[in-house]
Amino acid sequence: MSDINQISRPPTHSQQVVDTAFRWLCCGFACLSVLMVALIMLEIAKDAVPAIRQYGPGFLAGTTWDPNTGQFGILPEIWGTLYTSFLALLIGTSFGVAAAIFLSEGFLAQAVFQILKAFGLQFHPVLGKLPDRAEVLLKNLIELLAAIPSVVYGLWGLFVIIPLIRPACNWLNLKLGWIPLFGTTLTGPGVLPAVIVLAIMILPTITAISRNALVSVPPKLRMAAYGMGATRWETILAVILPTAARGIAGAVILAFGRALGETMALAMLVGNANRISVSLFSPANTLAALLANNFPEAAKKDVGVLMYAALVLLAITLFVNIIGSIILQKASAGQEGGK
Amino acid sequence: MRVYRAFHMALRGAAFLLAVVVLMGSLQGCSPKDSKDEKVTAPPGGVLLRGAGATFPSWLYKRWFEIYHNDHPRTAIVYDSVGSGEGIRRFIGRNVKEEELVDFGASDAAMKDEDIAQVPNGVLLLPVTAGSVVLAYNLPDLEGDLKLSRNAYTGIFLGEIKKWNDPAIAKTNPGAKLLKLSIATVVRQDSSGTTYAFTKHLDAISEKWRAQHGPATLVNWPGNAMRAKGNEGVAARINQSIGSIGYVSYEFARKLGLKLAVLENKEGKFVKPTEQSCTAALSATEMPDNLRVFVPDPAGQNSYPIVTFSWILLYKNYPDAEKAKSVRDLFQWCLLDGQKYAPQLGYVRLPENVTGKIRAALNTIGPRERQ
Repeated sequence: MSDINQISRPPTHSQQVVDTAFRWLCCGFACLSVLMVALIMLEIAKDAVPAIRQYGPGFLAGTTWDPNTGQFGILPEIWGTLYTSFLALLIGTSFGVAAAIFLSEGFLAQAVFQILKAFGLQFHPVLGKLPDRAEVLLKNLIELLAAIPSVVYGLWGLFVIIPLIRPACNWLNLKLGWIPLFGTTLTGPGVLPAVIVLAIMILPTITAISRNALVSVPPKLRMAAYGMGATRWETILAVILPTAARGIAGAVILAFGRALGETMALAMLVGNANRISVSLFSPANTLAALLANNFPEAAKKDVGVLMYAALVLLAITLFVNIIGSIILQKASAGQEGGK
Repeated sequence: MRVYRAFHMALRGAAFLLAVVVLMGSLQGCSPKDSKDEKVTAPPGGVLLRGAGATFPSWLYKRWFEIYHNDHPRTAIVYDSVGSGEGIRRFIGRNVKEEELVDFGASDAAMKDEDIAQVPNGVLLLPVTAGSVVLAYNLPDLEGDLKLSRNAYTGIFLGEIKKWNDPAIAKTNPGAKLLKLSIATVVRQDSSGTTYAFTKHLDAISEKWRAQHGPATLVNWPGNAMRAKGNEGVAARINQSIGSIGYVSYEFARKLGLKLAVLENKEGKFVKPTEQSCTAALSATEMPDNLRVFVPDPAGQNSYPIVTFSWILLYKNYPDAEKAKSVRDLFQWCLLDGQKYAPQLGYVRLPENVTGKIRAALNTIGPRERQ
């Protein structure tokens, strides 16, 4: 009898207090994090104001960075940031979307199933679960790439990627040096090593979100395509990918945002040369690398200039993220309509 | 799913902003101004001398001060390698925090007249050691030494010579295997005495350099220039980059085992950077009375062309007699017995004809006269 009493009685005073306190606590933390973002923006903007007044929009178009004469311009860095991010995106998207298709369309499960079948183990109580588990395992492995520290990527790029690609790059320069893309030889740090490492760093973002988009394509679409006699190849290319296209686009743009802001690995790999070059093998610079390299040494008057550069980077990233969010929202809305 | 995504996105944005701030915070936090310093107090009944300045000779200074303190326990010395510019600022002592005041400074670029005028107690510039700046390169296919004429290396750092098989380089290296590789120069991105010594030399030998850049501690480098931080950063970057060439002070290049270019000196001779060739370059200098002398282009057949003195900045008058005496004794020791430690660490031993005059000047230091 006492049990029923306990369930039906109104909440005690202490329960109410805990409940209210918890609600306020959550609200407080939520507000705090928003407030912090606002404060950060405010702080950066405040420090940047003198530099913005002094250099104005010409700062965005200047190509020299010379604290001696007080000439500052970040065009090479803006160019380098966009160039490396864009190229990394090109590579990252091809591999990331391919991996997402592989992980969502049951290719792996089928292959594992076939292997098990060859040994007659497909209904084994433990091994029989492998086909389903294999995909999850691989997906987690790819997402694990996101957990590797940036500095490790940088070192790996310096000591593995650069020596690995150098002969090929120099051969390209020798044979096709007249194409501006291959206009210089690869000495060491430069655009291409940075791009390759950056592509790997954004791979988990693209794969995870693209896979989500692919998985949430309504099964009836797939069934309908197969029912009409489409091959698997046709189904993937003509039905599933277009349906998930918006989600994939969102993934790409989020990855772009990450590529723009990536700092440590790029500071180590991009070469830190303030120049605009189309060549894949020449050193360049990015905004984030510029900030990371110049902050510790900056004199008081130069901090404003760096803050201005940080603000520009923030604006670019924010812009890309907003577009990404909008696309993602529209994508999810479209998918819900399809269900 | 949608909630998850929105949350995920918000989290990502916040994480990015947070990262920016944490980065800035941590970077500012590790700037040399904030780091240090364990409290060192004067030994009982003794004297504590505080110094700050150039990083380039800091290893030698630390070694000297350690050895000196072991032999003379009554004198304790603290040295902060904060860079020449900061060293001068602290030495002048205006708007300097109490705990940053120093008894002596150190600078690779001596001190300008207008800075000296700001010091009421008077300034004695004391060259105590010297170093050389070498051009280190990374060309694994090249056997033997790389000889660079004056035209070649100024052209390289002006960004005019872009390939290693350029005729200006090939001319002085007949028979050498020079590939059609792009030249990447490696330069300092931070303000540095090494840069000053190197550009002072370029300024002396190339009209074009004089017109476009002049001598400076920080240069807007033309051409395919990769920026790296500190001598160690430049040396490491050269080590990683095939086809690169950069200027570093000698001991850093030696530590990494980099190959060093043989340079053409004033007399048109090609000279390797060695202890002898650097000392030869210094002994050719005539010390002026204020002891502030740069040797941007030393004369002499065997002189290595890029050498520079490094100065200790002393006050002419110290508030108490004991401190004046400790300073005098310390640097007399550095100029006499201390010199033998210089070559071990990659610095240049000062020739005797130079130290004589410097030691005489050091003896003029005294306590502040009472009025």
